[in-house]
Amino acid sequence: MGWFNTFINSSLGKKFIMALTGSFLIIFLIIHLIGNITLYFGPDAFNGYVKTLDVIKPLIRIIELVLLSAFIFHIFNGVRLWLENKQARPVTYKVNGSPENTTLFSRTMFVSGSVIFIFLVLHLGTFFWRFNVHDPQQLADSHQYYDIVVGFFQIWWYVLLYVIAMILLGFHLNHGFQSAFQTFGWNHKKYTPLIKKIGTAYAIIMAVGFASMPIYFFFFYGGNQ
Amino acid sequence: MTKLESKVPAGHISEKWTNHKFNMKLVNPSNKRKYTIIVVGTGLAGASAAASFGELGYNVLAFTFHDSARRAHSIAAQGGINASKNYQNDGDSTFRLFYDTAKGGDFRAREANVYRLAEVSGNIIDQCVAQGVPFAREYGGLLDNRSFGGAQVSRTFYARGQTGQQLLLGAVSALNRQIDKGTVKLFTRREMLDVVIVDGQAKGIIVRNLVTGEIEKYAAHAVVLATGGYSNVFFLSTNAMNCNATAIWRAHKKGAFFGNPCFTQIHPTCLPLHGESQSKLTLMSESLRNDGRVWVSKKKNDMRHPNDIPEEERDYYLERKYPSYGNLAPRDISSRAAKEVCDEGRGVNGGDAVYLDFSDAIKRLGKKVIEERYGNLFEIYETITGENPYEVPMKIYPAPHYTMGGLWVDYNLMSTVPGLFVIGEANFSDHGANRLGASALMQGLADGYFVIPYTMGDYLATYKPAAVKTDHPEFEKAAKEVKDLTNKLLSIKGKRTVDDLHKQLGRIMWNKVGMARSEQGLKEAIQEIRQLREEFWKNVNIPGSGEDVNQTLERAGRLADYFELGELMAIDALHRNESCGGHFRVEYQYEDGEAKRDDENFSYVAAWEFKDVGNWELHKEQLVFEYVKPSVRSYK
Amino acid sequence: MEAKKLNLKLKIWRQKNSNSVGSFVDYDVQVSPDASFLEMLDELNNRLEANNEEPIVFESDCREGICGTCGLVINGHPHGPLPKIATCQLHMRNFKDGETIWVEPFRAKAFPVIKDLMVDRSGFDKILQAGGYISVNTGGAPDANSIPVPKDAASEAFDAAACIGCGACVAACKNASAMLFVSAKISHLGLLPQGQPERYIRVQRMIKVMDELGFGSCTNTYACEAECPKGISVTNIARMNRDYVRAKFTSKIAEV
Repeated sequence: MGWFNTFINSSLGKKFIMALTGSFLIIFLIIHLIGNITLYFGPDAFNGYVKTLDVIKPLIRIIELVLLSAFIFHIFNGVRLWLENKQARPVTYKVNGSPENTTLFSRTMFVSGSVIFIFLVLHLGTFFWRFNVHDPQQLADSHQYYDIVVGFFQIWWYVLLYVIAMILLGFHLNHGFQSAFQTFGWNHKKYTPLIKKIGTAYAIIMAVGFASMPIYFFFFYGGNQ
Repeated sequence: MTKLESKVPAGHISEKWTNHKFNMKLVNPSNKRKYTIIVVGTGLAGASAAASFGELGYNVLAFTFHDSARRAHSIAAQGGINASKNYQNDGDSTFRLFYDTAKGGDFRAREANVYRLAEVSGNIIDQCVAQGVPFAREYGGLLDNRSFGGAQVSRTFYARGQTGQQLLLGAVSALNRQIDKGTVKLFTRREMLDVVIVDGQAKGIIVRNLVTGEIEKYAAHAVVLATGGYSNVFFLSTNAMNCNATAIWRAHKKGAFFGNPCFTQIHPTCLPLHGESQSKLTLMSESLRNDGRVWVSKKKNDMRHPNDIPEEERDYYLERKYPSYGNLAPRDISSRAAKEVCDEGRGVNGGDAVYLDFSDAIKRLGKKVIEERYGNLFEIYETITGENPYEVPMKIYPAPHYTMGGLWVDYNLMSTVPGLFVIGEANFSDHGANRLGASALMQGLADGYFVIPYTMGDYLATYKPAAVKTDHPEFEKAAKEVKDLTNKLLSIKGKRTVDDLHKQLGRIMWNKVGMARSEQGLKEAIQEIRQLREEFWKNVNIPGSGEDVNQTLERAGRLADYFELGELMAIDALHRNESCGGHFRVEYQYEDGEAKRDDENFSYVAAWEFKDVGNWELHKEQLVFEYVKPSVRSYK
Repeated sequence: MEAKKLNLKLKIWRQKNSNSVGSFVDYDVQVSPDASFLEMLDELNNRLEANNEEPIVFESDCREGICGTCGLVINGHPHGPLPKIATCQLHMRNFKDGETIWVEPFRAKAFPVIKDLMVDRSGFDKILQAGGYISVNTGGAPDANSIPVPKDAASEAFDAAACIGCGACVAACKNASAMLFVSAKISHLGLLPQGQPERYIRVQRMIKVMDELGFGSCTNTYACEAECPKGISVTNIARMNRDYVRAKFTSKIAEV
């Protein structure tokens, strides 16, 4: 397996890992968003959805494991690339022309990624930890998932952070989507413009889709009374 | 008594090279690695030679003053490369290419060399295609050709307007392969400042490391110079900023004769000057003349916009004077014709420029076809001038471009110094008094790929040159001379800058040793150059030291040589009482202004032996024409 | 008939050698709008030399945009603010009277500054020497027309081969990545039938050397394509990625 080590430690291999793990996360986000939409259909729908996931727990655990490794590799490689790439230019330019020759999205991947990471930690702490670790049995019985989520969506700073993170997620995805295709070597005069459009549409749907929930529950939902 | 032996083999011209290859001595494969060859310059000739030597198994030390081999000025050749493949079925043959080249050179080249050049031309194309040079192709996947000045067949292979670049990348890739294999060691950022001769044989070179300033010594069994031409003696030329004559000039001072120094080519299609700060002239590929029509106003000092000058008031002077070749008349003829109309005051706005007009071609072929053929050239033009050639005719004017003269070499490409070979533009070459378009690339690669690999083997096997180390007293002596010269230059601390003096020399050369030369002008030029040289050695200022990067010092060293070379060019031009090719003496012309060649008295190569600064001895190599009969070179 | 001269303030990076720390030095110049950027520097250098000051070291050669020797970062852009030209093709008519212009060298760990604006780009050649060629000896080639090459393949190969090796891609990339350059070379040869036999070994060897030299890696910002004087496309990078993955996962040749 020497060749595989060489591959994943090469500059191209690291990019490839980013694209591969990124692609998996892209698919995961679609499923995650579809699931979350049940929030709009009231407590029964959402709690039912969470319970359904409970039923297929072993499968979910496997998926979660894959997901976790995708995140770890994505983040680990991202940080590693960022550090290495910074070293590749020890003296920086006085005048930087990058606003004219690159997009904001592509330039800010590390920043958007870092914010998303902070959000992720918080997100796991608030929801994943509570749902899975912190006395899940009691939660399952009382069907309080919905209440927990909506409860958090009443906290102004949490909503603000959530929305900012989702905007940056959109930034990250807008570049990441088409970037993955490029890294896999799928760049074609005929299809690449379309892929870029799909990527932008996807990024907007994800950002708007996820951000709409805290906004909705903060501004328009009268509470759980 | 002449010291020149051309070593042209006996036999019919079509068999000379074949017989010679058979008769030459060979170096046993296992002995090749015992020989070291120095190649200076990594343009088409140098890179192809170094790569070929490496493939054969020799140890090669290659040198370039650039940071990379692929920067050599061959890269800027735009138009194409000739080869007598006859892929177009239009009657081309080795003999026709030979004939065209010899005639194009105004019968001042060695017949056997020119024939050999035509003979190997096809192999060059094969070699380049195999290396991955992306030549232009037809839809069927086979190679495309275009026509070029001085020929009535389409034999020019091209890669858009960047043929030189693609050929050089090919040759350098072959060189890189040998570097990878370890047969070639490449030394970049080294400028050759002297050749070392031990017991009458070239055994090494002295170079300056352009980064550290160190003077370094390298020894070998033979030395090959592939260092290009000397058009920069004019200051303004189409050559790259760093092209220079120093390597061949220092070799000349060490005993290599200089052949036909006055044969310089003025290229007809360059961009005109914009002002005093102009640093060089930009060439527009001659291929533009395939579809562009050259004209000026019939009136003097016509200040109208070109599109406002009606058809009947335009003078398509090339088509008028040379109906059968028209806009494709050879370079020297086109250049001189441009100068004539401008001297009459009929140039663009009465100045030094003529129009090159594509409006007819765009009407005939459509903008798309023209864009496909010349798109990048048009872009370059617009970038530089700010004018769109699809709408406004281009303005062009002749500029020094290529030097047919160079170090004299025999049929084996060896100079008068045993073991010192000269290839490409640096030698006095196969182009006689004038080079046809798309022939420089051909010659560079012919010399490097297909001639010198054979003749070098013959030299090594015949002479069996002994190995010399760099601690030999001759090396010490040469290195000391170079150091002394550097210190001398740095210690002058005068008032004038190098560029200032170079510009002044350039003006003398352009006005008096340029396109039209006269006895009086040349005599004046010699005096003026001598005076300026004296001033240089008293009054030049070079800031900084010799111990690190010092570009002024580099340029000063080159300029010092240009003063001597410029003088020799004027002396050569003065002695050659005839007009031929790029050498036009106003005293020797027919009534209609055509060049008057004097075959009876001047059918020879003038090879100058350096005696002392300002003192040369002339040797003559008579040219014998058995297969092409010198005729008045008419393109009417 | 020279046009009115422009008055400009130049802020030029001066650095004694690779070990010293550089800084910007101010120069006021007057220049004709028809002059090129490098001719302006020539004039300035001539003035400095006349005052016995050390001139600004910068590199250039052909001044026609083909040799790839020149390369300055002007106001944050390699080869200046105009697209698809080399520094030597930039003319002063593109600047406004009174403008301040910042001139910096190409900056990358793999391109150390030698002096002032002159950098060492020899890394590029090391990459090329690791397989950027087709192995064919002089003299052994078959007739040129025995290998038909489809016109569009030749044309696409040419588009990649048009690279002048100036290093602007590295200078422009926020990661100082050399992938546009390397991929252009790999594509040029990989698109032609002649380049097929060594296609998968070539890509592995060249990338190995590229990685060793300290260039950054590609994050697909495409600044390289935007700043490339020859408009080399990032499609080449995609092709290189594909070839590399294929070479690593399916090729039977030994590890390189």
